[in-house]
Amino acid sequence: MIFYEYEARKIVELAGIPVTKYGFCQTADEARKAAEEIGGPTVIKSQVLTGGRMKAGGVQFADTPDEAAKHAEDILKLEINGHMPVGVLVDPKAEIKQEYYASVVWDGTAKKPLMLFSDMGGIDIEQVAEEHPDHVGRGHISNILPVGDYEAKQVIAATGVTGSQLNRATPILAKLARLFRENDMILAEINPLAELTDGSFVALDAHMEMEEEAVGRQKNILRKELGIAEEDTRDTYVPSDFEKNVKAIDAADHRGVIQGKDHGFDGNLGLVIGAGGGSLTLTDAVRNQGGKPANYSEIGGNPSVAKACGLAKEVLKKDGVEKIAVMMSIVSNTRVDIVARGVIKACLELGKDPAETIAIFRIPGAWEDEGNKILDHYGVEYCDRSVSLWDAAGRAVAKIQGAS
Amino acid sequence: MSILLNKDTTFIVQGITGREAVNLTKECLDYGSKIVGGVTPGRLGREVHGVPVFDTVAQAVESHGSAIDGSIVTVPPGFTKDAVVEAIANGIKLLVIVTERIPRGDVAEMVEFANLHDARIIGPNCLGLIVPEVCKMGGIGGPAKDAAKSYKPGVVGVMSRSGGMTTEISSSLTAAGLGVSTAVSIGGDAIIGSTYAELMPYFEADEQTEAIVIYTEPGGRMEAQLSEWKQENNSRLPIVAFMAGKFMDDEEMQGMSFGHAGTIVEGKEDSATEKIIRLEAAGIKVVERIDEIPEAVKERIER
Repeated sequence: MIFYEYEARKIVELAGIPVTKYGFCQTADEARKAAEEIGGPTVIKSQVLTGGRMKAGGVQFADTPDEAAKHAEDILKLEINGHMPVGVLVDPKAEIKQEYYASVVWDGTAKKPLMLFSDMGGIDIEQVAEEHPDHVGRGHISNILPVGDYEAKQVIAATGVTGSQLNRATPILAKLARLFRENDMILAEINPLAELTDGSFVALDAHMEMEEEAVGRQKNILRKELGIAEEDTRDTYVPSDFEKNVKAIDAADHRGVIQGKDHGFDGNLGLVIGAGGGSLTLTDAVRNQGGKPANYSEIGGNPSVAKACGLAKEVLKKDGVEKIAVMMSIVSNTRVDIVARGVIKACLELGKDPAETIAIFRIPGAWEDEGNKILDHYGVEYCDRSVSLWDAAGRAVAKIQGAS
Repeated sequence: MSILLNKDTTFIVQGITGREAVNLTKECLDYGSKIVGGVTPGRLGREVHGVPVFDTVAQAVESHGSAIDGSIVTVPPGFTKDAVVEAIANGIKLLVIVTERIPRGDVAEMVEFANLHDARIIGPNCLGLIVPEVCKMGGIGGPAKDAAKSYKPGVVGVMSRSGGMTTEISSSLTAAGLGVSTAVSIGGDAIIGSTYAELMPYFEADEQTEAIVIYTEPGGRMEAQLSEWKQENNSRLPIVAFMAGKFMDDEEMQGMSFGHAGTIVEGKEDSATEKIIRLEAAGIKVVERIDEIPEAVKERIER
C-alpha cells in the first residue's frame, strides 16, 4: 500500500522523527486556518499518488493565509496524471541550510533491508549514486537483531558527514530503519531530510510503501493512527470494467484463483490461460506468433466450474473478441475436466458454439481423460502435453487469423 | 545422485491436517517419500494417511527417535515464521515452504535464522522439489502417477520460479530422453530462501547432473546473481534459460504487475530484456521459445 505524503509524514512522526508542523486540508478554508496557525510563509502541496507535482503546478508558495487559501482552491481542482488530489498539505516554508537523503529499501540478494544516506538530498538518489558514489552511504541491517544507532552512524559517516550533523542525523536514520521493519515497509524514504538554519533536522517530505501481504496485520497504524478505511485499496491506476468484474467473480468463490488484466491489451484473441508462469509464457508465445491478445489472465489453484465459466464469459464479452484460447502448463492440482466444463458453459450461456469459439484447449494433467471426453462431445479442438505451449499458442493464432 | 534429497531423506509436514496438506501427504507417500510425522497444534494422536500427528515438532522428533531431515511447511501466512523457526530449532535442516502471501520481512527473518543454524529454505510460495523415481517433497508434479509421467531420472537439473513451469519443462526434458536429476520449484516471491546461484554449488557437486535449465521472469536481481556466480566459479555445467514475460517490457505495461509478486518491474535493470543481456554475457544460453529447451541442452552436453 502506497501512502499519501501527509500519511507518510505521520508515519515518520509516529516513529519519533521530527517533522514540521504541517496541516492536511480538504477545503480552502481549512488551508487558511492551517496557514494562520503556522503564522508565516507556507508551501501548499497537492496530495496525489503520482509524481511530477511540482511541474504540474501542484506545489505553490504563499506569504499570507489568504494566498494559501487561494492556492489550495486551485490545487484541489487540479488533476495530475489523471489523479485528483485527496487534499492539500500546508507546510511552513522552511529555512534550509542543507538537504540530505535517507531511506531504507529491500536488498533481495542479501535478503536484508538496506539503509541509504546521502548528503546530497532533494534530488534523484539514483543519479547521485551514479555520479557521486562517495556521497552515498550504505549498510544492511539484520532482520532479527535490534537496529543499533551505531549502524546508522556508520552509514552516515561514510559520506563524510561529521560533527553535530552526524549526531543529529544518526537517530533519524536508525528510527527510519526500525519503522521499516516494524511496519512491514518495502520503501521508507525521507527526501529531503533538512537541516534548518537553527541546526535542527526535520523530515520535509517522505515516501512510504507498505507491503500488501502485511496490510492485514498493520491495522493499528492503518486504521487507528492514519484512519485509512478497510476498503481503501489504493490502486495506482484505474481498473477497467473487465478487471473489476473478474475481481468480483474471484472474490465470490474461495475455490481457485483467477486474475484478469486488460490494461495495454486490445486484441481479438481472448486468453483463458494460467498455471503460474504459464500465463507469462503463453502471452509471449501468442504475441510472438502474430496473435493479438485481448487480455492477460491467470487461472489456477483448482477453480470451480463457476469461476472458470465466469472468467471465460468476461473475456468473451470484451469488445473485439472473436475466439478464446484455453491453455495452461501441465496441471497437477487444477482439474482439466472442471476447466473444460466451465469454458464450455460460458460459450453456451452466451449463445456461442464451443467448437467455433474455443480456438484451442491445451491443458494436460489431472483428470485430462475426463476433460477430453467433454471436449470431444462439443467438438472442441484440444491437444496434450506432446504439443508445446509454443505450438498450442501458434494453433490458436492460426485459427483466429484464418477466421478474420 | 541428486541434490538435497535422497532415498533415505525423512521429513515431516507442518500443518498436515489442512485440506491441501492431506493431499500433498498422500502424493508424497505414494511417490515413495519417507514422511515420519505431521504437526498440527492440538491434534496430537490423529493420523493422516497413516502418518502420526503431533502437537509440536519436538514431539515428532522424539517419537522418530533420531534427527529428522526436512519439513514441508504449509500453515497460514501468519503462523509460518513461527513454524519454520520451530522446525529449525528442533534440528531440521531442509525446509520447503509452500505457503503463499508471506510478508517478505518474515521470509527474510526465517532465512537469517536458517543461516545461523546451517539450515536451507526452499520457497516460500513454491511446490517443493523432486528426485525422479526416488522421492518428492512438496506438491511438485501432482499425484504420484502424474509425477511419473513428467519426471524420469536423467541428467538435467531444473530450477524454476514457477511451480507449474517446473513440471512443464521437466516433462519436455523427459520426452526428449534427457530426464531430470533434481527439479526445484524455488518460488516466485521477491525474497526466497534459495536462489539459482545459491543452489548451483549443489548441482555442481552432483555427478548425475550434466546441465541446468532455469525458468525465469522479470523482477529482482536473481539472474544477475546467477550470471556473477557462473563467471566467478568456472562452473562445469552449461545453463539454458527461458525468460517469460517479455511482453512486460512494452511501454504501456510499465508499473503493472503480472503473475508472481516478484515480477513487478521496478526499473530497467530487472526487465526481461536487461536480464537476457546479462545472462548471455555470462555464457548462459537464453532460448527464444519454450520448446527449444531440450535441443539447446542436447547441443551443450557431451554425449
